[in-house]
Amino acid sequence: MSSRDAVIAEIPRLRRYARALTGDTSTADDLVQETLERAMQKWRLWRRDRDLRPWLFSIMHNLHIDQLRHARPIDYYADEDLPDLPHRPEQLDSLEIRDLDRALALLPLEQREVLLLVGLEELSYKEVAATLGIPLGSVMSRLSRARSRLKAILSGETGPHLQVVRS
Amino acid sequence: MSTPISEDDLLAYADNRLEGSRLTQVEAWLASHPDERDRMEAWRSQSEKLHRAYDAVLDLPVPPRLMPAANASRWIELRRLAAVAWLVVGGLTGYLLRGEVSSPLTPSATLAQDSLPRMAAIAHAVYTPEVRHPVEVGADQEAHLVAWLSKRLGSPLNPPKLTKAGYALVGGRLLPGSTGEVAQFMYEDARHERLTLYVQPKSAAAQDAAFRYAREDGIDVFYWVEGHFGYALSGNTGREDMLRLATLVYEQLDDTSAGNASHGSKKSG
Repeated sequence: MSSRDAVIAEIPRLRRYARALTGDTSTADDLVQETLERAMQKWRLWRRDRDLRPWLFSIMHNLHIDQLRHARPIDYYADEDLPDLPHRPEQLDSLEIRDLDRALALLPLEQREVLLLVGLEELSYKEVAATLGIPLGSVMSRLSRARSRLKAILSGETGPHLQVVRS
Repeated sequence: MSTPISEDDLLAYADNRLEGSRLTQVEAWLASHPDERDRMEAWRSQSEKLHRAYDAVLDLPVPPRLMPAANASRWIELRRLAAVAWLVVGGLTGYLLRGEVSSPLTPSATLAQDSLPRMAAIAHAVYTPEVRHPVEVGADQEAHLVAWLSKRLGSPLNPPKLTKAGYALVGGRLLPGSTGEVAQFMYEDARHERLTLYVQPKSAAAQDAAFRYAREDGIDVFYWVEGHFGYALSGNTGREDMLRLATLVYEQLDDTSAGNASHGSKKSG
């Protein structure tokens, strides 16, 4: 498999994670597109002995943090690059998904990332630590807090008024 | 059995990442702690919920804007790497098959000649993207470059001038080829388009060969064998343009080889 094919093979995983992380299909795909572009620019920095997936996730993590930090409108692509196929988010937006989107949005970002990388993307705890650039202990404590908090949110023990806003 | 069950153990349990005796210990502990067991069930159901909700994304068609091929320019680096890998694999396969098929003939001579455009294209793909070290010896030391490469290749060798076509000599390097030393000269125009001229000493058995054209994974290569050398000019500017440039090179080298015909030095790989 060529390097390009290897990256293309990761696109569905990047989209799934981005979708769960941002709660919105088109925002997610913007993030995926930026991630792919950044990966191209940094291609030479990828060490071949490292797995491609955590490397791509770490690029996405950094971009996402940057975007939240700067929170400015970003012109992602020119008009002629607009997708030929319309997105079909209605396929995804069942009630259950919207509930989960809302619940995840109530988690602080640092907890949401860890929860998704472990629970959805099934990265090892070590890979999550490397992806986010944090110690293993922080992965475990954030995961524990994320799980407890999500449990409380899903069982209605905490209302939207408790929303924690962090960036 | 002495280590108390920690929160980390429970997390790993919920994620199905515990094995062996630790798993048994945690399961035993949970059996006597129903509240904790319920908590673990809830944690596990979170992961299941996540998959149920978002796994569908994996099956969605990838929008064209996310397909890297669509925005080609940034992937050039990547594609060049892929091209190199492909060429090397192809070359190796060709080499192995050749040994099978044509061993009674003069394999090294045939190989040397047939592999010329391929080897040239590989060298082109490897060195033209190079920013800091495109050449070993720069054009600012052209006299040294010429003397050095002529000595190593065993015959006088002069890089042709392509200034008429807008290309300046960047410099050159010595490379290992399929039959020994090979020289590569690199040229660049104002738009930073690069050409390489790959020069390989002709093996004793090889015949002179007229102009030929090969396209090796997107790289146009014009090659020919004459005098003491086999030559291959590689570039990415399109066949027409490359033909014009190759003709320019050919004319100049023709003069050189005529001038050097009296040397009669011979070198085989």
